[in-house]
Amino acid sequence: MSLFWLVVIVLAIAFVGYVAGRARALASAGGDMRDLHSLPSYYGANVAMKAAVPAFLILVLWLLVQPFVIHSNISGMIPEGSVGEGSSLGLVMAEVRRAAEGLDNAVATGQMTDDFARNARADFNDITTRLKEAGQIVTSQITQPIMRAAQSYRIMVSTGNLYMTIVVLLAAIAGGLWGIRETNAEFRARNTVERGIRVILFSAALIAVLTTLGIVLSLVFNTVEFFRLYPAMDFFFGLTWSPSFSGRGGSSELGILPLLWGTFYISFVALAVAVPIGLFAAVYLSEYAGPKVRAVAKPLLEILAGIPTIVYGLFALLTVGPLLLSAFGDNGLGIMKAGTAVMTAGLVMGVMLIPFVSSLSDDIINAVPQAMRDGSYGLGATKSETVKLVILPAALPGIVGAILLAASRAIGETMIVVLGAGAAARLSLNPFEAMTTVTAKIVSQLTGDADFASPVALVAFALGMTLFVVTLGLNIVALYIVRKYREQYD
Amino acid sequence: MNEMPNLEQASDMTASKISAKKVQVYYGATHAIIDVDIEIQPRSVTAFIGPSGCGKSTFLRTLNRMNDTIDICRVEGSIKIDGEDIYDAKVDPVQLRAKVGMVFQKPNPFPKSIYDNVAYGPRIHGMARNKSQLDDIVVSSLQKAGLWEEVKNRLDEPGTGMSGGQQQRLCIARAIAVSPEVILMDEPCSALDPIATAKVEELIDELRENYTIVIVTHSMQQAARVSQRTAFFHLGILVEEGSTEDIFTNPKDKRTQDYITGRFG
Repeated sequence: MSLFWLVVIVLAIAFVGYVAGRARALASAGGDMRDLHSLPSYYGANVAMKAAVPAFLILVLWLLVQPFVIHSNISGMIPEGSVGEGSSLGLVMAEVRRAAEGLDNAVATGQMTDDFARNARADFNDITTRLKEAGQIVTSQITQPIMRAAQSYRIMVSTGNLYMTIVVLLAAIAGGLWGIRETNAEFRARNTVERGIRVILFSAALIAVLTTLGIVLSLVFNTVEFFRLYPAMDFFFGLTWSPSFSGRGGSSELGILPLLWGTFYISFVALAVAVPIGLFAAVYLSEYAGPKVRAVAKPLLEILAGIPTIVYGLFALLTVGPLLLSAFGDNGLGIMKAGTAVMTAGLVMGVMLIPFVSSLSDDIINAVPQAMRDGSYGLGATKSETVKLVILPAALPGIVGAILLAASRAIGETMIVVLGAGAAARLSLNPFEAMTTVTAKIVSQLTGDADFASPVALVAFALGMTLFVVTLGLNIVALYIVRKYREQYD
Repeated sequence: MNEMPNLEQASDMTASKISAKKVQVYYGATHAIIDVDIEIQPRSVTAFIGPSGCGKSTFLRTLNRMNDTIDICRVEGSIKIDGEDIYDAKVDPVQLRAKVGMVFQKPNPFPKSIYDNVAYGPRIHGMARNKSQLDDIVVSSLQKAGLWEEVKNRLDEPGTGMSGGQQQRLCIARAIAVSPEVILMDEPCSALDPIATAKVEELIDELRENYTIVIVTHSMQQAARVSQRTAFFHLGILVEEGSTEDIFTNPKDKRTQDYITGRFG
């Protein structure tokens, strides 16, 4: 039974439970709703909740745990010797999974009987060809241990799925019956549902946090793997970035400094554009603009934030780059060689960040109490004096926070850099030269035929981890600043 | 403050400091102040009393054009300070507010040091030629506001860290620092405890020697304690105005009597 139908059936059980619970509650009160403790729908919801929630919980846990259990069982079955030279257990396991999938598909399309797929012991050449004929991707000759492993893998997965279906359905039915059993006029269904909703909301929050943790862990493991293959000192302090995809990374030089330099240079240019423009726009909108102008201008500005960054990238590539080239290129000042440059990407990224800075700053400026303005106007200050001497200082922590958030956004930006700044990793001060950033390199390391065992691909995780730490640090500093100075004018 | 007090006692005979004629204030379609005529005497304390929403604060804010900062507010009629119409097109409201200072209901010190709070006005108006002159202004303003002894050792600390009563006196010092002629106070004690209130009231009484003070208050006892003249507002109308003693002991209007005896409001 496929997962989809399992989910549908559990939902159906929950729905039936809802109707039954509601009816039973009404019946227990002799059909008079006023004699019930809670509204009838609460009794229904209680039953539905007890049917669906534990069942889904079991389902999710099972789906998470089963692959691990099967993996460890199967890898125990593979003899040491069959892990070839230069290969690893991980690669062999991938081979096993592919073979198992191939068998599955071959059975599904009717080119093999299930019995044959389960029990074939004899001719592996024959099986390989038959799988290939069936259009399955099998990279190399299937050896005996792999075939054995693949066969038991298949069996384990299918029995696992069968048990899962049974357990989940039993849990749903048992939960539903439990809910129906406790339904009577005195039962406080409303309170129970309230508690249940609390648990559901809490688990949503928990999932968000755990996912972040998962992302970090996956980065950490791959980063550690990378540093096992490539010295950390060379990575953090190397001045050259020249990955070589041919060998196993032996001749690659993977120094992060040119990439970090490009990242910070482009971000700096972007912030130099976005901070003054965004801040002044925010001051205008919150202090000077009338309600009509504000009602039009603020949403317009925020539309900028909704433009996909790839569109900004095209804008950089097709408009800003050539424009800059005509001014600073060979026909102009002669310091720019191609349209892709730090300046191109930085300017466009700056435009992208304007709504970030302005929108956040606008909120923060509006949060400065009117009493501050009154006090200043009451002393005979003009608007700009009030803004400069009272409002901006009072709003400064928040504005700094907004700028740091914009900075971490700039550091993480990818598409504009890929299209606007070029791909050359370079340490240079000239803003009209092509450079590249950490994010752009992560993309280029992982697209194409990446072999995840080589440092050339794994370096992407180390880059991602570095970037993650930098932006996380910026965000923490931003939050700290915002929080520390928030109460100043309260 | 350069001009010497010409007469010792303010009385009905002297030329009034502020003279309002037929003043109307509209908030959008609402007619908030209707036909108010009042003469405010120099170097005295005038109290505006009345129930909530009677327009006393609104009228107060017309006297230094603070209502200009509210878009939907419109003022008609004439308000003259020292014979000059403050709603004349030639008058710069920013300059006017330096001459007519204001203290607000809730203490609103800037999130700056005590020194910078007081020095704020003198700095923007270029009143001090150098640092020592500025120091003098700050010190004398704090002295006049009766705050000097309490803060002289912590001028660098933020003004927001003081107690409510100290904050309000800091705001008064801040207003005094720009040498205004008139100080408007919009319920200056409503956020303060009785002891802080007593100090501020004492201060108001001292300031009367040098400044014309107009105070809006909810407390009739406060009006009786600090003011020489009292004006009673009701529903946007100035019902009665006269010497404080007369208003509280011998009101002419039935509504005034009802209000001060606590029958409404």
